[in-house]
Amino acid sequence: MTAEALTSPFQSATALEVINLCKSFGALRVLDNISFQLHRGSFHALLGGNGAGKSTLVKCIMGYYHADQGSVLIDNRKREINNTRDAHQHGLGMVYQHFTLVPEMTVLENLVLSRSPIPKIINWQKEKQHLETLMAETPFKIPLHKKASALAAGEKQKVEILKQLFLQPEILILDEPTSVLTPQEADEVLDMLKKWTRSKNLSVLIITHKFREVMNFADDVSILRRGKLAYSGPLAEKTPAMLAELMVGNEEIASTGARELVLKGDIRLDIHQLVASNDSGAVAVDGISLQLHGGEILGIAGVSGNGQRELVQVLSGQRSPDSGDIRVCGEPYTASREEMARHKLYCLPEEPLRNACVPRMNLVENLALRIFDQPRYTRWKWFLNRQALKAHALKLIARYHVRPPELERWIETLSGGNVQRLVLAREISGEVDLLITANPCFGLDFAATAEIRRQLMEARNRGVAVLLVSEDLDELLELSDRIAVIFGGQLRYEAPIAQANMDEMGLKMAGH
Amino acid sequence: MTETVLGWWGVPLAILGGAIRASTPYLFVSLGECLTEKSGRTNLGQEGNLVLGAMTAYAVSYLSGSPWLGVLAAGATGMLLGLLHAWVCQFKKVNDIAVGIALMLFGIGVAFFFGKPYIQPTAPHLPAIGFGNWSDIPQVRAALEINVLFLFGLLLAPLLSWVLSSTRWGLMLRTVGDSSDAADALGFSVNGVRMVATMIGGFLAGVGGAFLSLYYPGSWNEGLSSGQGLIAVALVVFARWDPMRCLYAALLFGGAGALGPALQSVGFSSGYYLFNAAPYVLTLILMIATCSPQRTLTGVPGELSITK
Ligand SMILES: Nc1ncnc2c1ncn2[C@@H]1O[C@H](COP(=O)(O)OP(=O)(O)OP(=O)(O)O)[C@@H](O)[C@H]1O
Ligand SMILES: [Mg+2]
Repeated sequence: MTAEALTSPFQSATALEVINLCKSFGALRVLDNISFQLHRGSFHALLGGNGAGKSTLVKCIMGYYHADQGSVLIDNRKREINNTRDAHQHGLGMVYQHFTLVPEMTVLENLVLSRSPIPKIINWQKEKQHLETLMAETPFKIPLHKKASALAAGEKQKVEILKQLFLQPEILILDEPTSVLTPQEADEVLDMLKKWTRSKNLSVLIITHKFREVMNFADDVSILRRGKLAYSGPLAEKTPAMLAELMVGNEEIASTGARELVLKGDIRLDIHQLVASNDSGAVAVDGISLQLHGGEILGIAGVSGNGQRELVQVLSGQRSPDSGDIRVCGEPYTASREEMARHKLYCLPEEPLRNACVPRMNLVENLALRIFDQPRYTRWKWFLNRQALKAHALKLIARYHVRPPELERWIETLSGGNVQRLVLAREISGEVDLLITANPCFGLDFAATAEIRRQLMEARNRGVAVLLVSEDLDELLELSDRIAVIFGGQLRYEAPIAQANMDEMGLKMAGH
Repeated sequence: MTETVLGWWGVPLAILGGAIRASTPYLFVSLGECLTEKSGRTNLGQEGNLVLGAMTAYAVSYLSGSPWLGVLAAGATGMLLGLLHAWVCQFKKVNDIAVGIALMLFGIGVAFFFGKPYIQPTAPHLPAIGFGNWSDIPQVRAALEINVLFLFGLLLAPLLSWVLSSTRWGLMLRTVGDSSDAADALGFSVNGVRMVATMIGGFLAGVGGAFLSLYYPGSWNEGLSSGQGLIAVALVVFARWDPMRCLYAALLFGGAGALGPALQSVGFSSGYYLFNAAPYVLTLILMIATCSPQRTLTGVPGELSITK
């Protein structure tokens, strides 16, 4: 990598310093006396398990949250940052973990919106040309006229990054920007950022769960463990194992379960010529046919936005298909609650807070969504048995390490990784015959990722049929028995994992 | 006698005239409400703004002798009520719909209280331009007698459209209305923008009220509005939060409302009440025809408490 060969002449000066920062939410101490420095022109990685407080820390820096205690120094001067506008004025920019695009607006409008100052009267033609030339400097290609709500997760993430880059901040904070990108895309993005730290004197603070990225790009690293700073300093000579240990202390990490030899079961899911449209009425799933057997993981690879979302939505009952035939265990399937329960079909969709939870219900209620009408959890048929539901929730929360284990909390206040664990607990802890899952490890720390992959593999070994839609090729190669590529709403390639040809898959994913 | 000249042609002409005349209050209220809702709040108090505006305009016009001063005063009262709505709604856990209903009743109550002495006297009216003066036929003249406020409304719709799409302020307004998360991240003042939008919305509703009392029907009494403000709020949903479509919706609604009287005037009087229901039936039919469960509604501001 050429960027790495250059050394930064500014390494010594501090661009940002945090001193004794503390933050609590109610009784929960999320940040406990955090102090660290971000050197000018450096690429600084911030690591930590799910719920360690990384997002909270950077939100405090940006003035999105008010810290209870402590101060933030920019260029060695103490700054009062009370809201994000102040932060922008001091040259700080941030890409948030959750998306902050305006859904009803086009990409173009969203990008203009983040200009500072926004022109009083906007000349759309001029803005469009301007943004197109700027975008040409980056490795991204996003259609400017598309509505943000119609973008796939990966595309949204790129727009978020573009938004900040166009503002030309001096310090750029990114909260898990690469979770939804393919490794190649992630490398492109990070490579560009790294170059900018050298050539444009940008300082980058980046939160990520991927050691590969840290090892390849970071100069310095800070590690949070349950709200406390475990390490802050140069990356030099740290190995991934050492970083992992700093992150979790001496907890045990699950290893991916071994693929056992299981007899290929009967056909559980049989899709024939499925066609479905997206929200704006355009065809998104364009005649997909596939068969999935028990005891098998079928991986679907593809760049986000090629119909994966709509396919999963049809199977999970969030979208009705235009035409085509879906059979589960030989019977026609229309994604009703009754059918799902009868066929033991479960789903772990992407963005689970949006797609599989009620954000303002508590953990017990969210865990009860699949089972509250089963005899075991009801009283006199019509009433909920709260005791039983609570006991059920406690059991799952302990088993899947959801943190904090406070039953009455709204699920929307959980960190991203913990929401994922909770939904996973609900969906795969019981008896499952067929599991539909999309990007199940998006946003999870390495411990949780390993745990979930092990769970998926174990489920397969038990004879469950798993449809794994993912943008993470490593994950697909690790877990799948068979792998297919989706492009433009069609399956373009299919092969058993042993015969899968990486080069050919790459080409198919790009539409060649 | 004139019926013999025009015959059934009188019906479309009357509908056209009705559309222009009766649509003006709908137009102003729905444009104002469109702006308010685009910022993420529903203000049901618009009915109160309309009634209070009608009363204020009449009173001021009567006392000062200038109808235009009345219009401005009506707008100002609407703005005040809008400010009150926005101020109350900025507090946590306050529901904008409930506050709107309270303010609607408040506005109507205040109007009735202060309006009693103005039911009898006649105030100077707003001027109209006779675009039909070239014609000898009285129906043509009547239909094309167009009030200046309607012309303002006609210009206002594309203006608002342009402001929303192509100015900084419009972009901010839509951001705040669609995702307060995004607005926070960009450093916009969510409450500030909503306050301004609700006040402008109130102003326009007040002006709509002025039209009622100062032009058509052209007097002040307690049954003047009979829910037109609420219907205009519903028209915004019908128009999918688009100012230009608000204009078309208001015209359509005004025109359909003139159907009953127009038919009666040519001697077709059976089912009079049925034809009076035309606007509502038409709206329902169009609503059903244009929506689809397969697609998400476009243009809905994501922060509205009814869609959230
Ligand atoms: N608004 C809030 N109200 C209450 N608790 C919160 C809130 N935001 C975060 N928390 C809690 O603070 C802790 C830290 O959350 P944070 O989002 O900073 O974690 P994180 O390190 O970013 O995790 P992840 O890798 O999953 O994104 C979590 O236990 C979370 O439940
Ligand atoms: Mg986070």
